[in-house]
Parts: sequence; structure tokens; C-alpha cells
Amino acid sequence: MKNSLRATVKRGSMAGVATAGAAALLLTGCGAAPTTGSSAAPTASDYTGCIVSDSGGFDDQSFNQSSYEGLKKAEQDLGIKVNQAESKTNNDFEPNLRAMVSAGCDLTVTVGFLLGDATKSQATANPDSHFAIIDFGYETPISNVKPIIYDTAQAAFLAGYLAAGTTKTGTVATFGGIKIPTVTIFMDGYADGVKYYNEQKGKDVKVLGWDKAKQDGSFTGDFEKQDKGKQFTQNFLDQGADIVMPVAGPVGKGAGAALKEAKAAGKDVKLIWVDSDGFLTAPDYKDIMLSSVMKLMGEAVETVVKQDKDGEFNNTPYVGTLANDGVQLAPFHDLDSQVPAELKSELEQIKKDIADGKLKVESAASPKV
Amino acid sequence: MSENNQPRHSAEPDPERIPTTQSPDAGPQDPLGDDAEFVTTLDTAGGAMRPSAVPVSAQSGKIPGAEEPDSVLRKIFTGNGIVTILAVLLALFLGGLLIAATDKVVAATSSYFFARPTDFLAAVWSAATGSYVALFQGSVFNPRGNGVAGQFAPLMETLTIATPLITAGLGVALAFRAGLFNIGAQGQIIMAGILAAWVGFALDLPVGLHLLLVLIAGIVGGAVWGGLVGVLKARTGAHEVIVTIMFNYIALYFLRYLLDTDLFQRPGETTPISPILDPSALYPQIFGSQYRLHLGFLLAIAATVFVSWLLNRSTIGFEFRAVGANPKAALTAGINVPRATILVMTLAGGLAGLAGVAQVAGTEKVLTDGVAATYGFDAITVALLGRSTPWGTFAAGILFGAFRAGAVQMQIQTGTPIDIVLVVQSLIVLFIAAPPLVRAIFGMNPRKKKAATAGKTQKAATTGGAA
Repeated sequence: MKNSLRATVKRGSMAGVATAGAAALLLTGCGAAPTTGSSAAPTASDYTGCIVSDSGGFDDQSFNQSSYEGLKKAEQDLGIKVNQAESKTNNDFEPNLRAMVSAGCDLTVTVGFLLGDATKSQATANPDSHFAIIDFGYETPISNVKPIIYDTAQAAFLAGYLAAGTTKTGTVATFGGIKIPTVTIFMDGYADGVKYYNEQKGKDVKVLGWDKAKQDGSFTGDFEKQDKGKQFTQNFLDQGADIVMPVAGPVGKGAGAALKEAKAAGKDVKLIWVDSDGFLTAPDYKDIMLSSVMKLMGEAVETVVKQDKDGEFNNTPYVGTLANDGVQLAPFHDLDSQVPAELKSELEQIKKDIADGKLKVESAASPKV
Repeated sequence: MSENNQPRHSAEPDPERIPTTQSPDAGPQDPLGDDAEFVTTLDTAGGAMRPSAVPVSAQSGKIPGAEEPDSVLRKIFTGNGIVTILAVLLALFLGGLLIAATDKVVAATSSYFFARPTDFLAAVWSAATGSYVALFQGSVFNPRGNGVAGQFAPLMETLTIATPLITAGLGVALAFRAGLFNIGAQGQIIMAGILAAWVGFALDLPVGLHLLLVLIAGIVGGAVWGGLVGVLKARTGAHEVIVTIMFNYIALYFLRYLLDTDLFQRPGETTPISPILDPSALYPQIFGSQYRLHLGFLLAIAATVFVSWLLNRSTIGFEFRAVGANPKAALTAGINVPRATILVMTLAGGLAGLAGVAQVAGTEKVLTDGVAATYGFDAITVALLGRSTPWGTFAAGILFGAFRAGAVQMQIQTGTPIDIVLVVQSLIVLFIAAPPLVRAIFGMNPRKKKAATAGKTQKAATTGGAA
């Protein structure tokens, strides 16, 4: 007896939940039904472009996301079909790639050097499928894999020069997520840019967080812990830096938070973002965003997909440089007024010199072509 | 041998003792009574082995008096077994709702719910079932596969992914049974991976011997890393949870450091990745190269048999369980608690090490800083789901392996984010950790069962008090 009573009460409470749900539906569910049953537009092409992320996932605000967006753009512009697979761990690479091949992908984009071995083994096993790998080049080229790599040091060089020309304290800083070539190449370019400024102007702007000669510096240890980014940045601020370039994906937000706090406390500090234009992708830090070192991966992915779709696939590496706009220094946006006109024209000149090959930017991590 | 026989004998049936733990006025809640009772039952040490603070450890293995029908019923209805299954079902159901809620078609049809509700309901149904069908096809059987071999390929994949989960899960379960929360499987896998991989790519040895050395190196690597925790716990009293977590970090950063040295970095590369292991160092694939399933799975079965024997049939295993139930009591009973602590952590580390070997010699074939994936932490969940019994852990490992394998197919076929599988896994843990919640949801009123056994409970409580 008691039991059934309790059950009734419980059912009553469930009914309450159901009512609440129905009420929620009431608020949103009053639209008119579409006249046709199916709403999915037929795809214009049978071509399937696929992408497999590394463990960062497609929402990493970094290279996975940029590459994914490039493929999505190709879906819109070229009318291709798209398949995507996120990898949660390194263990997912091979199953994901196998699944992509068996799902009939014409071109599979794999993101990051960690997928190098898995891509190679699948490419060798499936010579008719095409692959493109972001941020990784093979020592011996594989006939059906196109590497998409970036000479990021060129754009980071500009950022270093910009930072050196803008700093008030004479100290700028950078730190990385993990010490891997795709990270240290930013730091190399940045340090060289500062060095070049010092040589040209006879100044002595210091760089904290990276020693190019020793190839060693500050790393937070992963691309996740934002609090560490904040802590590193606070340390740099204490040591007199006023411009920080975090090369650590989302950890950069920690740096942004620390700089915002410093700004609120009356300090004149600035942030340099990496990978994408931080003014757009990390709008929280608009007011301190000096510029960004951009790798335009989406464009590269779309180009490679288009080439493959048109039957023009080749395995020559695509190398993003200042010359082909694969890497760029982002606009200054809100902080435009704080960059002297003279500095701007110098940056233009340096950009031209690097693109023409007059000025060489070298990094141990630069793609060897 | 007599040492072995006696406790086992005394650990035998005393079904009425079990309910005492559910009775608020008896047993574990009252440390004094606990000790007092123990002293009186010293000669029947096994009888004192009530469920410890470790929630999952208690009712595993053989439930005393499993032959009695009444006891079996009680086990099914109030024990963890049924709750475990219901927790899985409930988590899958909620996962289905979540899939539906995030589905684009469902969102589109909900906007005109009252104009044509069937659209909405059909969309909800197809979103959830479509995803789970894909999950099944990706983990067990794919009817569209290429021949019989292709149709069972997903099952092979499930077993492949389950291999490290099972062995690492066994490591966690074993430590649980001795009352230790081994959060360090991640670090133990990493240390095992480092040693095993190095032997695998740096040494040039004949077939057979090479793999054997890789295996030994891996197990030793994990065992030392786990054993160190045991030593710290036994000698200094450092809490194993803190120590294992910190050891995970040490192992990870040590690995990252190594991958930046010439010793471990692949020649000609600047990326932190080791050379590929020699073919002679790799586990042979059980059913040929079309599947990834490797010898490590058979070793995982062997490990399960071993742990099962160890816990239920050996003196050491008895000591582990005694220490897990009550270390003070075990000490009084003459068990060398520090020795058991060190030994159990060493064995746990060795089992996790087996998972590390499965990674470098089985599936990955290289060493990267992601060698342990999230297996070390998933292993905790697996052990929990398996109620810390060896075969329960085995089954839970296969279930989680199926989730992982199926998630790939689910993601590609239906576009359902892979994270949904993590949500389902987490929900399972949540429900297992809160059995009353599951019972309440399914209307399994525990009081009803309690009433049925009330007389006995009372009797048992009285006996306990009187003793």
C-alpha cells in the first residue's frame, strides 16, 4: 500500500517534469510545418572530402579548427560532401583513418604530425585514396600524400619586430605550450624579429621566455591549462615585459586574462595572438590585442581540395609563406593608433624583403623543401 | 598451507553478517565497535571481512553462502549487479536523449512541433536509434561489412581497444581490493611504455626473445612505478591518491623530456616521436593483418585469470583483501601490512604496465607523449563498473572498448560527436556511485527488501552487539 502510494507520488513528480518540458515546447514549437517532407538539399558533387583531427578536436581554436573550417567552406563553395572524425586520443587515429577510407573519402585531411605514421600506413595501404597532412612533411615523399606546412617564422619575425618597436619597457615575452617544432618556429621568428630591430635601431629590447641559440624557453606543458598561461604571463609582467605572445592554443587565454588584469591595474600591456586573427577569434581580449601571427590553414585546405576535385592532385608540399600569403601578420584593429606610421612602413618593407628572399628568416623548425 | 586454509574456511558462509553493514547502528560506522567486534572474532578473521570504505570491493568474488536462494535473490536485488546493468541502460537512455537534443533535424522539427508532432518524434527516434545502431555496427557486427571477415571486424576492434583497458583496469581493481585508490595507472602505463618502447626500437634481438624482453621491460617499468608508491605509502604514510597523481605528472613530463633527446627522438625528425618499434618487438596479430587484434588480448585474458586466482585462491590475495577490509585488524591478525601494500601496488603497476606494452607493441608501434591516451583514467571507471572483481573488470573493459570502437563509426555515419560516448561513460559512473538513485528511478524500493530481511538483520545486529 505504502509502496504504491510512493510510486504515485513519484509518477506525479515525473508528470511535473513532463509538464515543464511541454511548457518549454509550447514556447518554441508554434512554427508552421514546412510544406515538403525533406529539406536536405542534394549535394552537387559526389566528391567526398574528409578530415581527421588530432586530440585537440575541431573546436581547439587552432589548427584543427582552421583546417575544419576550410573543409566546411569547400563544402559550401564546391558542393562536396564532408565527413569528419575527431580523435580523442592518439589511439583513435588509425581507426578513424581506416573508417574514412572505407567510407569512400576521395581526399582525407589529417591534422598534425602525430598523425604522420597513421597517415603514411593508410596511404601506403590505399594508393588510390588521396591524403593531405597539416603541419607535417615526410622525409621521403609519399605519392598520394600532400603535406601542408608553414614557414611561420616569417610572420613571427614581423611580430617580433612589431613588439620590439611598440614596447614601452624594453622587454617583450613569449611562451609555448609544448616544445614541438610547430610551436618553437613562432618563438624563433619572434626572437629574431626583436634581434633584427635591435640591430637596425641600436636598441636593446630583451626577449623573455625563449632563447633561440639554446633552443630552450618557457613551456606550460600542454595546450589546456589556462591557469598556467596566466601564471607565466604574470611572471613575465613582474620581470618587466609589457607584450606577450603565447604560442599555446587555448592556453593563450590565460595570458590574455593576466594581461587584462594588469591593464585594469593601470599597466600598458599588449597581447600577440597566434594561428588565427585573435581580434576575431578571441574577442575578449580585443582591447589589448596588438596583432596576430596567422597561419591561413583553411585557405590551404580549400585549395588542396579544389585541386584534387579538379583532378590536379600532386604531392608537392604546400608551404605557406609571406610570399603566398599562407602566413600573415594580422591587422592591428583597435590598437592601430598605437603603432607609429614609421613602424608600419618598416614592417611593410621587411615583409617585402622576406617575400623576395632578400631577408632570410631561419629556424631549426622551418620546413625543409 | 594451513595459514591459507584457515581464513578461507572462516571466510565461508555467514550470510547474516552481510546485512549488518546496511544497518545504521552496527559495524563500520562505529570504529570502536568495529575493532571490538574484530578482536572477538579474531580467530575467524575472514568473518570480519565486511565491505570496506572502498564501495565496490565488498561483494565481489564469491558472496558467502551464494548457494542459498534467499541470498542469491538479495544479491540480485540489492547488490550492485543489477544496479550496474540498470546504470548502463539508464546512461544509454539519457545519452540517447542528449543525441536527440543536439540533433539538427530534431531542432528543426521542434520549431513546428504543434503543427506536425510526428515529424519531431520521428526525428528524435531516428537520431537516437541511428546513433546507437551505428555504435553497434562499429563495435560488434557490421552487416554491411565486406564478407564475414569484414562483418566481424568491429568486434575485433572492440577487443583491441579493450585490451589495455582490461589490464590497466585489473591493476586499479587489485589495488582497490587492498583498500588503495590507485589513480596512477596513467603514469604506470607511461613508464612501461617508455621502457618497452626503448627495448623495442633500440635493441636488435632475434624474434621471440625481443618481444619477451619488451614485455618484461614494460611490466617492470609499471611495477617499479607502482611499487614506489607502495613503498612511500608503507614507509612514510604518504597518501596513495596524492602520490599516484603526482607520479602521473612526473611520468608524463619525463616522457616529454625523453622524446626531446637523441636517445628517444626519431632520427631526422624534430617532432617528439620515437622511432617505430622493430617488427620483432611487436605483438603478433592474432587473426592476421586485416585486424588490429594482437597477442596482448590473450595476455589480458591470462592476466584476468591470474588476478582471479590471486585474489580468491592465494594467501597473498587473502592478505590483500584483509588489509583492504581493515588494515588495523589485518595488522593485529599478523598480516604484514606494509609488505602487502608494497606488493599490491607493485602488482597493480605491473598490470598497468601490461597495458603500456599493449600500446607500444600492439597498436601504436611508436612512443609519443599520448602513449597512455586516457586509459589510465578510464581504467578507474572500468574497475568501478566491474565492481573490482577480475571478471567484472574484464567485462567492463570490453564494454568500454565497444563504446570507444563504436564511437568512431557513430561519428562518421551519423555525425554524432564522439564526446557523447564520454558523457555516457561518465553517466554510468555517476549512477554506479549512487545506487539509491538508480533504485529510485526504477522503482526498486530497497525498504521492501529490507523489510523482508528485517528479522535477520535485527538478529545479526544483535549478535554483533552481543559479541
